[in-house]
Amino acid sequence: MHFAFDEDHRSFAESTRDLFADRVTPDTIREAWRAEPGQLDPAPWQAMVEIGLLAAHVPETRGGLGLDELATVLVFEEAGYAGVPHPIVETTLIAGPLLPHADGRMVTTDIGSNGAPWAAEADQFLVLEGSSVALVNAEDVTVEPIPSIDGARRLGVPSWSAESTTVLTRDPRELEELTLRGALGTAALQLGLSRRVLDLAVDHVCEREQFGVAIGSFQAVKHALADVAKLIHFARPAVHRAAYSLATRNRERGIHVAMAKSLSGEAAELAARVSLQCHGAIGYTVEHDLQLYLKRIWALTPSWGDPRSHRTLIADHLRVGEFATTEQG
Amino acid sequence: MDLTWEPGHERFRTEARSWLERNVRQWREMCGGTPPSGDTREGFDRHLVWERMLHEARYAAVSWPREFGGRDASLWEWLIFEHEYYAAGAPPRITQNGIFLLAPTVFEYGTDEQRAGILRRMSAADDTWCQGWSEPSAGSDLAAIRSRAERVDGGWRINGQKTWTTRGAFCTHLFGLFRTDPESERHRGLTYLLVPLDLPGISVRGFGRLDGAEGFADVFFDEVYLPNDAVPGGVALGDEGQGWAVAMATTSSERGLTLRSPGRYRATLERLLVLAREAGRPDLCDRLADAWIRVEAYELSTLETVTELVRGASIGAESSLSKLWWSELDIELHDIARALLGPQFESNPEWHRGWQFALAGPIYAGTNEIQRNIAAERLLGLPRR
Repeated sequence: MHFAFDEDHRSFAESTRDLFADRVTPDTIREAWRAEPGQLDPAPWQAMVEIGLLAAHVPETRGGLGLDELATVLVFEEAGYAGVPHPIVETTLIAGPLLPHADGRMVTTDIGSNGAPWAAEADQFLVLEGSSVALVNAEDVTVEPIPSIDGARRLGVPSWSAESTTVLTRDPRELEELTLRGALGTAALQLGLSRRVLDLAVDHVCEREQFGVAIGSFQAVKHALADVAKLIHFARPAVHRAAYSLATRNRERGIHVAMAKSLSGEAAELAARVSLQCHGAIGYTVEHDLQLYLKRIWALTPSWGDPRSHRTLIADHLRVGEFATTEQG
Repeated sequence: MDLTWEPGHERFRTEARSWLERNVRQWREMCGGTPPSGDTREGFDRHLVWERMLHEARYAAVSWPREFGGRDASLWEWLIFEHEYYAAGAPPRITQNGIFLLAPTVFEYGTDEQRAGILRRMSAADDTWCQGWSEPSAGSDLAAIRSRAERVDGGWRINGQKTWTTRGAFCTHLFGLFRTDPESERHRGLTYLLVPLDLPGISVRGFGRLDGAEGFADVFFDEVYLPNDAVPGGVALGDEGQGWAVAMATTSSERGLTLRSPGRYRATLERLLVLAREAGRPDLCDRLADAWIRVEAYELSTLETVTELVRGASIGAESSLSKLWWSELDIELHDIARALLGPQFESNPEWHRGWQFALAGPIYAGTNEIQRNIAAERLLGLPRR
């Protein structure tokens, strides 16, 4: 028994943290809100290609690094913290293991969400055809932009013709695995985002003075933020264990991922509410950076299953949900 | 990362499990069925028998060195033992405050003579220890302690009152903080003293807790003479005047790992799931799934903590987050049981006792409000005032 990350996992995460800190500032995210379709600054993406991040899960036989889920979960947490405005989870974790080549092309998908994020920038789309998972090139896709609460996600609904797709797998179990990877990657992003909005709140309440003292000295503020720290503290090991279970093909990995997504979603939602409240009116503006991360949190909560739907899976697993099923027919 | 147990650990688990199964059954038979709570006079004596069975088999304090009655078990094995202990339906430990709160401090601050004189008798339940922290005017504000001990020839003279002393009416000894420098204020000038409760001038008044059991006591000290040799190796633990620092070492282990291991909540959850499968209440599925998640998360977090401790790190203010987690979880588990049982809850002593005990969780071992302050100040760095 040893519940800690290996040195190489930690150093991979540290190097990406530095990269994100350098290349993804709040201004980068604001720019992603503003840029015309297809005009997103490619520099951060290129940097991620260069450090090999995007090829992490492509098998070695196809030119990738063939790493497992444990190797990147901390990286996605950092990506969440930075608010990376690119489909890093979609390309690396969701599509990666199925891709024919590790070529650094940007892949997105609408499988787990309402639309495909960064649809107008993607080179390829991972799509469902029945229960088959297929890849289609952007040239063969028409994208209809749709609104997102988080404008930096640049959401679009893709449509394509059947003859333009390349089927990657017809195995329904592969689709299940892909779904688990989507939920895991999103859970890791949510953890990072939770930490980010908590950090912003802590900075704010230590600085902002009312009644002649920093508002962070008030117990009402302390207690609210302590509850956020508590949820993050207990959601993290759940996300890390889910990554371990996927990496080791644990029989109960589906339940472990469900638990991770439920807790990380809950943590992110609470972090967002409390952070906004602690910021007061300044947090309720588009001028303050807080909104950039709040909106990402709200976009990701339902993505790849909201906390409640994951708990429904768990209730069935515990055999306390079966009555619900029988009663509702 | 490796989340599998080593074969040696699995062997230890099997061994502990079969011992517990056999002996819990045997002890219950000796008690003629369900024994009364260990927090009553009658129940305490029955539980002493159980404690001695544990000691004989070296299960009373598995992680202690063999010379003090333990079996040199690693923290991993301790965790496994706790899990099996509660899974087997074994009773709450009446020796808990000694073994889990005082003993870590004796290991850290005690002299060789104190260790030799105190620990083995504690493991054997020859001496049973209660905690003397709180006073009528010193609860959350523990540093407001007023009970005084003054140096006299060959020992100390004690005056004052301790309260909320769990099982104080039944224990043989008390450990606690006393103001030894009358000029001092707050956390300065306190000394950690070990006091036999049969000294002249000590009177103990047990009183009923919320659940009715006589689990609490007031302990009054009226011109009590505490000789230095009342406890082998001396009655002061750590240096005179350093009591606060010495005591804090104990409270951090209380909040952190050893007071409430995950095995307890896993066992409650399993009983709850049995109830849920019988009751068939789809409206409670979400809460049940969430409770399962929280028990599981507590286990995972504990594995993470033990990994750190085994590496040589120490527990910091994170232990405050754990205390919030398990105390809130315990209430939720019992609250779901209340909902599942409906009107039957009223006449179900097992669950209504558990419910009332769970409600104490956010109060004892430092209220949850204090824990939130600690977490905010020490983990997040918010200003104290």
